Amino acid sequence: MNFWEYLGSRHQQLLTDAYQHASVVFQCMVLATLLGVLVGVATYRTEWAGNLATTAGSTILTVPSLAMIGLLIPVVGLGVPPTVIALTLYGLLPVVRNAIVGLRGVDPALVDAARGIGMSGPARLARVELPLAWPPILTGIRVSTQMLMGIAAIAAYASGPGLGNEIFRGLASLGSKNALNQVLAGTLGIIILALLFDAAYVLIGRLTIPRGIRV
Amino acid sequence: MSEPAPATAHGAPIELENLTKRYPGSPQPAVDNVNMEIKAGETVVFVGPSGCGKSTTLKMINRLIEPTGGRIRIGGEDVTDIDPVRLRRKVGYAIQSSGLFPHMTVAQNIALVPRMTGWPKKRVAERVEEMLDLVGLDPGEFHGRYPRQLSGGQQQRVGVARALAADPPVLLMDEPFGAVDPITRDHLQDELIRLQFELHKTIVFVTHDFDEAIKLGDRIAVLRERSHIAQFDTPEAILTNPADDFVSGFVGAGAALKRLNLSRVRDVEMREYPTVTVDTPLQQIFGLLRAGGTNEILLLDRRRRPYKWLRRGDLMRARGSLARAGTLVHDTVTRDATLRDALEAVLTDNAGRVAVTGRRGEYIGVVDMETLMNSVHELLEADRLDALEHQHDLEEARAQQTHFEQEGEATERKA
Repeated sequence: MNFWEYLGSRHQQLLTDAYQHASVVFQCMVLATLLGVLVGVATYRTEWAGNLATTAGSTILTVPSLAMIGLLIPVVGLGVPPTVIALTLYGLLPVVRNAIVGLRGVDPALVDAARGIGMSGPARLARVELPLAWPPILTGIRVSTQMLMGIAAIAAYASGPGLGNEIFRGLASLGSKNALNQVLAGTLGIIILALLFDAAYVLIGRLTIPRGIRV
Repeated sequence: MSEPAPATAHGAPIELENLTKRYPGSPQPAVDNVNMEIKAGETVVFVGPSGCGKSTTLKMINRLIEPTGGRIRIGGEDVTDIDPVRLRRKVGYAIQSSGLFPHMTVAQNIALVPRMTGWPKKRVAERVEEMLDLVGLDPGEFHGRYPRQLSGGQQQRVGVARALAADPPVLLMDEPFGAVDPITRDHLQDELIRLQFELHKTIVFVTHDFDEAIKLGDRIAVLRERSHIAQFDTPEAILTNPADDFVSGFVGAGAALKRLNLSRVRDVEMREYPTVTVDTPLQQIFGLLRAGGTNEILLLDRRRRPYKWLRRGDLMRARGSLARAGTLVHDTVTRDATLRDALEAVLTDNAGRVAVTGRRGEYIGVVDMETLMNSVHELLEADRLDALEHQHDLEEARAQQTHFEQEGEATERKA
């Protein structure tokens, strides 16, 4: 059975896996973005808090994903929970770091002007600081998403959802007829998904970054 | 709508009383005990070397920097302890390089304060157009632009429009024209003078450029370190009678020349000059030149605009042809020109006089070196007397304050 025949016979299974893969990455990304921006907003004003948040993020990132999921299994069990927790944690760092850098990078003269014309703290954040920090934050989200695409494949190790199942099945039965096809289908599927997401981000950037600060 | 259009809010007086700012960890206060009364509708300029605390003092008026001591009253209301956000919406604020938000359009920037203060949508929209018009930008063209699509001068205009949008009685300007080129700065200063003429806001303006201070200020506060007031007086008085070496050092060289910028041609005496028009019969011109006490007359064209200077003998040499006789008038000044412009014109003219014209270029009179010198001397003398009087008042006030302080100590000791 060549690769194309394999795709033809298994497309139902592959599409379900791809859908679940995209879905878990998307949901974890939404979670990571919310948490990341929140952490960024809470810490960017103080030097040490911001640095602490960034360092904590990098430390999480140095833990190998397989080890992280392995460590989570005894705590939260198999399946979706360890996948979601691991992916969200990994997705945090680029968002937190870019949120802090972006918020700190807002021209102090503009913050001063916002205060001077009578904007309250929350209004300043919502109408001036976050919109101006949005482009770097969006870049952070984009980097995170690419990373999570790959890491999500490992989730199959904890019986999580996604295209990783395809790859793991192939690796487990190396030498058999379909092993190579399985690994190839899983990997290519992830690459295609990553490209689709990236295209979506370009579109989101077009729609959400105000024309006045678009480069 | 039977409701009449709301009149624009005119200025409110500002009083600063013992205003002080101490930063933790520094032995000297950054701003030390500033007392100042700014009248409603007045433009006061804070001028001083960098780091003298002038900007800090300004920012304490809208409490961007919280004072550590003293009171601020605007329009009689003590605003030292009210909600700063509420205070700032009543006080316009314009800063260097405009401070426009780059992600909002010009219209959105201007609409910010009126929207925050809860104006109805329709009125905000009208106000935006009105403000753009006021600062000399075409609403149709600039409404939807982003700040980066504007020149520096245009950005600064929008900055001023934003500061004035909610019609605050007070406008604070922190070196607003510091980052634009000299020509644009000059235009913007002229615009501000025109605006102030229409609006009568109370403006507090910070700059380190003394010439800008002279041009804009009704009164100038020359500040030295820790915002101590070295002199607080009209530009004329500061130029002619600086309180001490610090002020005269800041005024710089050429105080008398700078003084010329403050008076207009209409303030000085003009000389009557014998004039004829191109339609005057030649015989009469000859008669005038031969009989008159002057050996020069001014020839006007049919619309009474200065045309040529005619000297005795010019007509003879040109064999009686007005078209060929005399020298063309190449420079005139208007009545609104500064004395400095007039002096410039007189100096470049080979005979040391310049014709003054009205709005449509018609002849009004002539200014020459002699009249100019006499007038300037009179002006300077009058300034000097005024300044002496002010200084006397100031010294008296100071003496009284020291007196009170000593008495206060005495009572404390007794207690």
